[in-house]
Amino acid sequence: MTADKQDSDNHTSQRREMTGAEMVIQALIDQGVTDIFGYPGGAVLPIYDELHQQDKINHVLVRHEQGAGHAAEGYARSTGKVGVMLVTSGPGATNAVTPLQDALMDSIPLVCISGQVPTTLIGSDAFQECDTIGITRPCTKHNWLVKDVNDLARILHEAFHVARTGRPGPVLVDVPKDVQFATGFYTPPETSPRTSYRPKVEGDIEAIKQAVALMATAKRPVIYSGGGVINSGPQASHLLRELVELTNFPITSTLMGLGAYPASGKNWLGMLGMHGTYEANMTMHDCDVMVCIGARFDDRITGRLNGFSPNSKKIHIDIDPSSINKAVRVDIPVVGDVGRVLEDMVRLWRASSEKPEKKAIGEWWAQIDKWRSRKSLSYTRNKDVIMPQYALERLYALTKDHDTFITTEVGQHQMWAAQFYGFEKPNRWMTSGGLGTMGYGLPAALGVQIAHPNSLVIDIAGDASVQMTMQEMSAAVQYEAPIKIFILNNQYMGMVRQWQQLLHGNRLSHSYTEALPDFVKLAEAYGGHGIRCEKPGDLDDAIQEMIDVKKPVLFDCRVANLANCFPMIPSGKAHNEMLLPDEATDEAVANAIDAKGRQLV
Amino acid sequence: MNAQNLASGSAYFIAKETELPITTVLSVLVDNEPGVLARVIGLFSGRGYNIESLTVSETEHEQHLSRITIVTRGTPHVLDQIRHQLERIVPVHRVVDLSVRADELGNDKPIQRELALVKVAGLGENRNEALRLADAFHAKVADATTEHFIFEITGKGSKLDQFIAIMKPLGLVEICRTGVAAMNRGPQGM
Repeated sequence: MTADKQDSDNHTSQRREMTGAEMVIQALIDQGVTDIFGYPGGAVLPIYDELHQQDKINHVLVRHEQGAGHAAEGYARSTGKVGVMLVTSGPGATNAVTPLQDALMDSIPLVCISGQVPTTLIGSDAFQECDTIGITRPCTKHNWLVKDVNDLARILHEAFHVARTGRPGPVLVDVPKDVQFATGFYTPPETSPRTSYRPKVEGDIEAIKQAVALMATAKRPVIYSGGGVINSGPQASHLLRELVELTNFPITSTLMGLGAYPASGKNWLGMLGMHGTYEANMTMHDCDVMVCIGARFDDRITGRLNGFSPNSKKIHIDIDPSSINKAVRVDIPVVGDVGRVLEDMVRLWRASSEKPEKKAIGEWWAQIDKWRSRKSLSYTRNKDVIMPQYALERLYALTKDHDTFITTEVGQHQMWAAQFYGFEKPNRWMTSGGLGTMGYGLPAALGVQIAHPNSLVIDIAGDASVQMTMQEMSAAVQYEAPIKIFILNNQYMGMVRQWQQLLHGNRLSHSYTEALPDFVKLAEAYGGHGIRCEKPGDLDDAIQEMIDVKKPVLFDCRVANLANCFPMIPSGKAHNEMLLPDEATDEAVANAIDAKGRQLV
Repeated sequence: MNAQNLASGSAYFIAKETELPITTVLSVLVDNEPGVLARVIGLFSGRGYNIESLTVSETEHEQHLSRITIVTRGTPHVLDQIRHQLERIVPVHRVVDLSVRADELGNDKPIQRELALVKVAGLGENRNEALRLADAFHAKVADATTEHFIFEITGKGSKLDQFIAIMKPLGLVEICRTGVAAMNRGPQGM
């Protein structure tokens, strides 16, 4: 680093001349970025050269660009900051598509900087060229191709602004190699954002007043919160807790919203939706006033739409106007940032003398307690075989007093994790909700661990999902990120198998993995630590070993192969037509056991 | 409960659409920058919306603003979604449903005009008839030889349809239409 450059680093607000590659680094610094995830290649070499000559930005080298994206998502979700990934042109950019779409669907702020072939070669089918802007247009909130180095800094700052404001999401800036080499003027971040992009954050006060008035008339209320509460920041979760405390309303949450309200809170009903608890879904179905806060009535939540909470008035708070009335018609929409709206709501509720009838709310809670007593998450323990639910109960018991972050892959293990792991705080739960990306959890855990080096970061995984991004074990070892990959290994794609059992006559087409790697040896091959546990009696000690090891761990937890994830709203059914675990011990399961006999013996 | 009792085949909940589709005209004001049209039409194809007509041109050169006019068809619920989804696009400034706005203003419909170039080739009586009809429709002759005319006609889409249908037996060769430009009546802007 030259003396000149060192000097100028301290004066970031000045318009300065530098190369495009330098601008990228400077913009990252000015945006408060400290860690990025990436993979070098021909079209980003100038940026990598600059990275090499500075020490403000820590670059984490992944093993596949998809890993960079999910790591950046995990980083973003666990910190509330914008996640950053850096990839090369062509295959680098196409490999980034999955995490970009994942971040789009789960509203995760993510900036992807991609290299591109030189502007003069664009369109010539050059080596490692692809139409990155065209390919990523539908899977980003916005994207930019930078053709002039003098636009680069402004675009990068705008990219961060778009990613983090409004409904957060992924953006991509495509930087051709000649632009990285070219010299131009750097503009600092305070440039005013474009006029066409002005997300509405303040809720309409009249609508909020109406909402509060409606809540005060409720006899059977429910609060249904989602990922928007987490995205809005810790203050929103705080206000949500305050609102629940003040109103004594029952609260349930989507998969994405877990942790906004503590699982140990007395008003907590558990998660709702397809694999939600009986009490949460019945409360949603029978309520008279529903307060939806930062959730979007996803099809995994609602069940059959015309049977969804048929007798309720609905309030919907969301920062994205297109979420309002998209799937479910609501009575009082409030467009705005959840945190701001909740602030008004709490204030108005406190100031108002109108309160719900105590007796009615009491009766409602009595009804909810009846539903709770159904114990919809119960399962039959087995002293010889580890039940997956039992494994998660023990994992929770042994890790809850640590500073723990949980990521997951996608499938049965994900649902069991949501059901059995209690989240007390926001930003502790990283999962692929909207896109359902198998392979999300391992790299996401890496990203979380980079952001929280001293915390306990666990990826609750399945044996199928985890193999999709297993290569990031190598990155975890390189960066001494002691992530714990807790694999519920049933040798099946469990959720696929469950659907085949329920919908396709138990014909288990390609959902069984006949050849699995030896995860213990695999861990060792990567330079990590492998643990295998096959008996319930050994589980606690094995989990303790996993916690104590200061290395990345692959924990091969051999669980009952054919356990199903219940309760469940089967396809085409409403919330009050759930399939409960004690009703599912029949023919369907018997068939499955036959299949087990056929395939395993 | 067993597998046989369950609805088979889908992991999704598919609801029947009960509303009737209607046609509407959207005006979309956007920053005229590369890719903005791709963003708009990509949204329509990606989300399964219809485009019946699309017109776009820069309308305010100094501010680099383009106005896109889209004729689309869908249920009121879908049309509402289209409007909101368009508003999410970063370079989109405003989206106005001109048909809804016309209703609010107490008008029947927004003014909609389209231009067509219609090439007709032929000799003798057909040629004379084509010219007579063009005159009746207030179409202009944009180009001609002794063997052909290119007519330039402006009006509502239905008028153009009618004109083109009449020209068919008279030696219609090719047609080029601009798509609908639309605006609401009265002194106020969009």
